[in-house]
Parts: sequence; structure tokens; C-alpha cells
Amino acid sequence: MKLRERQWIIGGIFLLITFIYLGRLVQMQLFAHEWKAYAARLTEETETLEPARGLILDRDGNIVVNNKAGYDIWFTPRKCKAAGGLDTLALAELIEMTPDGLARAFRRAENYATYRPSRIQKQLTAETYARISGEVWRFPGIEVRRRSIRTNPSGLASHLVGEFREVDQNDLESNQGYRLGDYKGKSGLELQWESKLRGKRGTRHHIVDIRNDYREPAQAGILDTLPVPGEDLQLTLDLELQAYGEQIMANKRGAIVAIEPSTGEVLAMVSAPSYGTDLLTGRDRGANYDSLINHPNKPLFNRTLRATYRPGSIFKMVQGLIAMERGVLRASNRIACDRDIIGCHGTHTLDNLEEAIVHSCNPYFHEVMKRMIQDGSTGSIFSDAHQNLGAWSASVRTFGLGTDLGGHFPALRSGSVPDTTDYDRMYGRKRWAYSTIYSISIGEGELLTTPLHMANLAATLANRGHYITPHAVHGSEGIERMESGVADEHFDAIIRAMSTVVTANDGTGMRAATPGVTVCGKTGTVQNPNGNHSVFIAFAPADNPQIALSVYVENAGAGGDWAAPIASLMIEKYLNRAVDQRAKEQRILRAKYPFPEQPL
Amino acid sequence: MVIGLFNVASATAGASTVEWFDFSGKLGKQFIWVAASLVLAFLLLVIEGEFFIRTSVIHYAVNVLLLLAVLAVGNRIGGAKSWFSFGSIGIQPSEFAKTGTSLMLAWMLSRNQDRFNQWGSLFKAVAIVSLPAALILLQPDAGTVLVFTGLILVFYREGLSGNVLIAVLCSLLITIATILSGASTVQYPFAGAATGAWMLWLVLVLIGGLLWATVPQWTVPRRRKRNRRAVLFSFAAALLLSVGLQFGLEEVLRPHQKDRIHVLFGIDVGNPDADYNIRHAKAAISSGGITGKGYLKGPMTAYGFVPEQETDFIFCTIGEEWGLMGTTVTLFVFTLMLLRILALAERQRSDFTRIYAYAVASILFMHYAINVGMVLGLAPVIGIPLPFISAGGSSLTGFTLLVFILLRLDAERFTVLR
Repeated sequence: MKLRERQWIIGGIFLLITFIYLGRLVQMQLFAHEWKAYAARLTEETETLEPARGLILDRDGNIVVNNKAGYDIWFTPRKCKAAGGLDTLALAELIEMTPDGLARAFRRAENYATYRPSRIQKQLTAETYARISGEVWRFPGIEVRRRSIRTNPSGLASHLVGEFREVDQNDLESNQGYRLGDYKGKSGLELQWESKLRGKRGTRHHIVDIRNDYREPAQAGILDTLPVPGEDLQLTLDLELQAYGEQIMANKRGAIVAIEPSTGEVLAMVSAPSYGTDLLTGRDRGANYDSLINHPNKPLFNRTLRATYRPGSIFKMVQGLIAMERGVLRASNRIACDRDIIGCHGTHTLDNLEEAIVHSCNPYFHEVMKRMIQDGSTGSIFSDAHQNLGAWSASVRTFGLGTDLGGHFPALRSGSVPDTTDYDRMYGRKRWAYSTIYSISIGEGELLTTPLHMANLAATLANRGHYITPHAVHGSEGIERMESGVADEHFDAIIRAMSTVVTANDGTGMRAATPGVTVCGKTGTVQNPNGNHSVFIAFAPADNPQIALSVYVENAGAGGDWAAPIASLMIEKYLNRAVDQRAKEQRILRAKYPFPEQPL
Repeated sequence: MVIGLFNVASATAGASTVEWFDFSGKLGKQFIWVAASLVLAFLLLVIEGEFFIRTSVIHYAVNVLLLLAVLAVGNRIGGAKSWFSFGSIGIQPSEFAKTGTSLMLAWMLSRNQDRFNQWGSLFKAVAIVSLPAALILLQPDAGTVLVFTGLILVFYREGLSGNVLIAVLCSLLITIATILSGASTVQYPFAGAATGAWMLWLVLVLIGGLLWATVPQWTVPRRRKRNRRAVLFSFAAALLLSVGLQFGLEEVLRPHQKDRIHVLFGIDVGNPDADYNIRHAKAAISSGGITGKGYLKGPMTAYGFVPEQETDFIFCTIGEEWGLMGTTVTLFVFTLMLLRILALAERQRSDFTRIYAYAVASILFMHYAINVGMVLGLAPVIGIPLPFISAGGSSLTGFTLLVFILLRLDAERFTVLR
């Protein structure tokens, strides 16, 4: 029967289809690697586990910089589209964005990658997160990721700590493993100690479901690595002293640097006006940065390391010490106060070194330096200066001036101690003599130093001839003892003079007098067309110095008026842990920039 | 009976497949349906086969009425008005219409001994199939209608000219060629850029003309006229089909429907979501590899990446979790079942049972071919279940009815006198 034969054709059709399907299955399941990869891409998600960044602590273990949770909103365009879009208006309101801003963020995300999540909103607070966490699932493609952000709860030492913010193009190209959206230290200690603070990332591989929720670890977690937290950074800073310094420097412009002379440890670094670092790590960084950078008082400017001032009268101690070491001066030498050569103040006429420092006698030090520079050995004042200035500069540098002070502060400006070549460049070779450059004899002219340099000078005086390279982090490498090369006995007269500056009834630094403490100090009044800077360096107690410091108050007038009392308060605060000089404190706290042209 | 055992086994396997989708409601329901199907199977085996033969017409009529009723009062789910709802249970009459139509077809064809050499009986048979198919098309449920077209195999077995099968195959080829060429753009020498379909049409006309002109060369003179007419007719039909299809694609179908067809042929439609279902399905199957990821361990299916994974895309679950081994076994079991039904059909003395068996085989084959083909990206995405494995009460009871009536009839094969 012919029709009966047709069963074979029909059966053949069944078999044909089956074999076609089998072939396709073999191809798909054994060879179609792009489909397998696609499946893996859909179902596996690699989560980066950010390590906790190291904390920054003060010398007593108090927290200077801490971590807190910030919640970023991430958006994957592909997932949103696959689920049919989302209610942008509701989302914008939920994550604290404007609809326009959200639309822009969506476009950016789309341009970056449709499969990869992009961050569309940063650093929502824990409170906001608590409020929105229950709603987020309603927006496909949106996820919340927790990240650790930096907070400096006290807002202290902002300049020293530096900025912690999102990486930029340079960081991404620096091959240090930064990825778009990562944060890193961008200045100050955060930058300097980045590698230590940062720690090591971990990763976790997940199987996710269609809503991108985590369901189970991929391959039972054998690929996962744990993050290694960053190391804590212990500073030498005394947070209490720092806080007090920032309090009394409020509403002024200037700087305080305090150093423990015996160790070179920086106890306080106040740059005024200051700002809270949190202003620059948060979501409003842009706006805050604008207002800070445009502020007339330049709060972002780290005056302790970056502001270079002429040292003024403070330099006279260095001058005297070098001269004595060279043997051209003895402490008992008296020199006439010849005000025809250079201006002076007060009523003295024929001071010895100690008196000259107390009275800050300009002609005295003009003569002292003249003995070093213009010694008549060549018969030409030009050749003399050309021959002798180099040695003088080298001696000055042994006090740390004009150097990087061991390099523990990368932001530090070296300032300037002029050398033969500098003047050759300015005036021409041997076209200058002592008479050209004499203003450096009293710390003016081309001399430039920062507050840190001056605090270090105070420490060198306190140590009677050496300093330990100043540093702000415990365990810093390369802490060295630097010798000034000036013999110990030469310091007697200088330190006695510095003590007299504070204790004498007519001493310029009498406002630095601190009950129960022998303070040694020296005022400086640095010439400035907008009002002289008030400068004071000091150390205390005289016989066993615990603290050496420099105080700068910009455009405030004479050194004794503002810088000296501030130094006194800082010394008292550090040594006694409390301040009893209420009247002095109140006067300082009330003082405001700009100061009256002639204070008091 | 081997088949009977397989039915139950794969039905429970299908039911527990649902378990790892966290749809405990669906799983529970599926167990109830499995139990109900077993009871139904038992009842069917108890009832005398003669009952089915005699009530075929009633069965058919009831089904047609149900299809009419569902159009009137049915629930619209997923765009198609194909469900009756009784509380939480949904019934899809189109699943049962397959059995009714098969019975009616068998009854009609076994009564008319003259078969398909007469236009009248062919027309009647086509009408029997077309009526429920048309009603289902109105729902609209294209997948089930496509299943009904599989009954052409029954016609073929019962005497329909093999040329019709070839014609169907040819029109399928023409369709594919039209879609592929229609989606491409060709630079024509004088007319500029236009759709490649023109090229296809040109080729058709050329080949047709050539054949028509060379008819004398390859045929005896007696048949020359007839063959010329056949060539002319078939090429005209092909051209008409192609032009009509192109017009339908461009002008009648909505863009997303056109996209779906294009996606099937690997044509880039510029919309990543057009082939979302099928991409995920393919990825899931592919990720299974040789041995699969293990029972309940496939992330693609377990975590919602594959759409409709407990019903239409259940083959993905098998592919991902059991790998090539699982899919091969499944394909072989299905093929074995189909061939077994063919063997059953051919051992019958009764025409009714044979025709019915062929109808069953055709219907199961269409389900199998379309469902697996869709998941493998070889057939268009048309939502129809994989028999006995996909979750869904109506389809499970529908197939139980279909197959167990056959088993009952087969058990009575010796009582029929020749």
C-alpha cells in the first residue's frame, strides 16, 4: 500500500528536525563561547570591596580624620531600559537631584557604557540612605553603593591633613590602580601618605538575579579576596593645642607653628583663616571650593608652609651667632647705634650683643654683618662681598633657613637665603658690595622664610645649636639631627637676651610673659605696605625647652603687640594644659582682621 | 506504556523545574494539575474507546462552542483573549480544541473512504481544521494556529499529494529568501539603492522564464503544455507570495513584529531589546556546556534572566542545568515518543485510530519543533508549551487527553474487525 510508505517520510521529517536541533545544541553548548561569556556577563557581577582607609590620629591617639559611610547612587542604563524605564521625577526627588541634573547624569551614564554602572549621585548621608533604601528597588538600573568617605569631625589641621577627593585623569593614567570614581588623597598628609593609608582592595564575585540583586557567591567564593585596611597614621600633632591655636587665630590672617625642640615633632600647625576639610570632600565641593578659592583672605593657602615672609628682627640672633662663631664678634662687643646708616628705635646708644637683641638695634647688626662680608681682605668692597657672602649664606642655611628642612613637608617652600650667584644675577658680577645688600643684615631684603622655618629656628636656639628635622608623622623616616656648627657657649648671651625680651619692663616681647614659665622670645616687625606683619618666635621653659614656636599675624603691626601674646597663650596651653591669662586671651579672641593701622 | 511512564516522569520533572523559580504558588498548582492529569489518564483508560469515536462530533462541537464563548467572555491575558478564569485557575480552551479537532478529523476521514482524491473531501477536512483555527486566530494565538497547520502531515498520510508538502516547503524557502533580501539594501546599476527583494524577484522571473522556455528540452512533447502551465503557475505563485510578503512586512506589520522576524534571521534591527528574550534564552542554554550546572544551580534560569522560563522557555532550564546531556536526552525522548506514535498508528486496524494517532503525532511534533526551535533561535518566538514539561494546567490536561485517548484506542485495536 503506497500510502503506508508515507510513514517513513513523516518519521524522516521528525528525525531530520531532531538532528538539526541536536547539531544546533552541540554548536551552542560546546562551541558558542560568546554566548557563554554573555551569560556570565549577565549573571556575574564583580564587587569591589573598598578597604577602610587608615585613620589619622594625633599624638595622644585622638581622631583627627575618621571614615564615615557615604552612599553613592549608581545607574546602569541597560538594566533600566530592559525593565522598561523608570520614573525620573520620583527618582530625582528621592536622591536629592534636580530633574535636569538627573537627565544630564543619565546621558553621561549612557555615553560611558550601557552595561556598566555609572555613578549619578555622590555621598548621600546615612540618614538619606535610611529614608530611600526601601524605595530604590522600584527604579530598575539604580543601585546604592556604600563607600567610605573621609571626615574631619573637628575641622582642625585642615591644611596639614589635606584634601581627599575623586581621582582625576592624571591619577587614572598613573598606573596605580585607581579607577574612575575612586577617591584619593590630593594634598597634604592624605597625599603624602596615600600608599600607607589606602590599604588594598578586595573583590567579591557574585551571582546576581535579573534585578541585579546578589543571590549567591560565584564559584563558591574561591576567586574572592578580602580587602586589607589601610594603616593608621599617627601624627605628632597635639590636637588640643592645635584646636586652641585655631581658636585664637580665628578672624586673623597668619600662622602658628609649634615644635617640640628635643624631637623635631610638630605640635601645632595653624594657618589662619582655616576651613573644614569636610567642605571639600562632600557633595558640595564645587561650590565650597569656589567660595574658598575666591575668598580675599585666602583660606586655602597653607601659610605655615607656603607663605614666605621676610624674617625681620628675628634674624638678628642668627647674625650674632654666626659672627661669634667666625670670631668677628664677642658678646661683650659694644657698637654705636649710628642711626645715620640705618634707622633704629628706642633710646639706646652703645649696646653689647645682648642689649642689641633686646633693643633690636639695627645699626649693631649692620656692623656685625659688615665685619663678616666687608673684611677688607681683598682691598675692594666688591671683591670682599663677592668672596665672603657664600660662606655667610652657608652658615645661615645650617639653621635650616632656605632649605627644605629634611623634606618631611613636600609642600614646604624653602624660602630664600641669597647667595653670591643670586646677587651676581641681580646686579652683575662684582657690581655689588655690602652697601648694596646690607638690608639682609637685619632680616629684610632678599631673605624669605616660612613660619615653619622660623619655628625651627626657635627650636634650634632652644637646643643651643642643633635641630631635629621637623616632621608631623610619628615614625617618619629620615629624621636627622642637624648641627648649626655654632659652639654652645655663644648661645648664652643670645638666650639671655631672648629671656630679657620677655621679662624686661621695656622689653619688646613683654606681652609674651607667661606666669610660672620662663619664656625666651624675640619679636619681629616685618615691613609690609599693607601694615607690618607681627612676628614672634619663642621657646619655653628656658632651662628645659618643651616647645618652640613661631607666630605670624599678618598686617597686625608690631611683633610685641599680637604675635607675642599669642605665643604666650600657646605656651601656657601646652605646658599647663589650661590658660589662666583671661584678659590676654579675651583681647586676642576679640581682635579681628583687618587690624587698626596703629593698634592700641 | 513506556510512553505512559515517560509522560508522568517528565510531567513531574517539569513540575519540579518550577521549584527553583520561587513561585511556590505556581509549583503547588502544577502538582495539583499533575495529580488531576493522572486521574484523568486513569479515567480515560477505563472508558471504552468506542465512546470517543462516537462522541467525536459532540466533542468537536463543544470545543467550537467553548472557543466561541472564550471570545465572548474570556479573560485577556498577555494580549490574547484565550482564558476562562475560575477563581485562581485559568482554563485555555484552545489546548483542548486540539483533541476535539483531531477526533473530528479522524471520524470524518475514516468515514469517507474516498480520501483526498476528491476536492469535496479535501475541502471538508480543511474546513474541520480551519474552523477552530480561525477562532483561535481571532483570540489571537498564532502559536496554536501554527500547531493546527501541522495536521497537513495527517492529510499527507491519508493521500494528499506530496506536491503539496513540497509546495509548502518551497513557499517556506521563498519566505526566508524574501525576508533576507528584503532587509538588505542593494545598489542597482541604474535605479540606485533599493531593497534587495527586487533582486530576488528578478531572479525568480529569470529562472521561471528560463524553465518555461526550456520545457521542450526536458519533457516529452505530450506533457509540454501541462508542464509549461505548471512552471508558469508555480513561479507566478512564488512571485505573488514574495511580493505579498514584502508588502506585508513593510506596510502591514507593526515595527516590533517586523523586528522579531528580522531578529530570527540574524538581521540587526538596531534595537538591543528586540531580541532580549531569545538572547537570554540562548545564553542560558549555551552556559550549560556538556554537563550543565547541576539541578537547581543555573543562575540564568534561577534568577529570572530567562523570560517565561517555567512555560515556553522551559527548555532553557534543561539546557542550563543538565547541559548537552539533558537536552540530548530530552530531544531523543521526544523523537522516540513521536516515532512510537507513528508505529502505533501503523499497527491499527481501525482507520479512525490511525488517523487520530497521526493527528496526535503531528500536534506533538509541531509543539516540539516550534518550542525547541524558538529557544534555539531557529524558529520565531511564538509562545507555545513543550508538551508534558512546561508548567500550565490546560496544556498538561490537554496533552493527557490527547495521548491517553490514543492509548485507550490502541488498547482496543484487536477488537476492531477488518
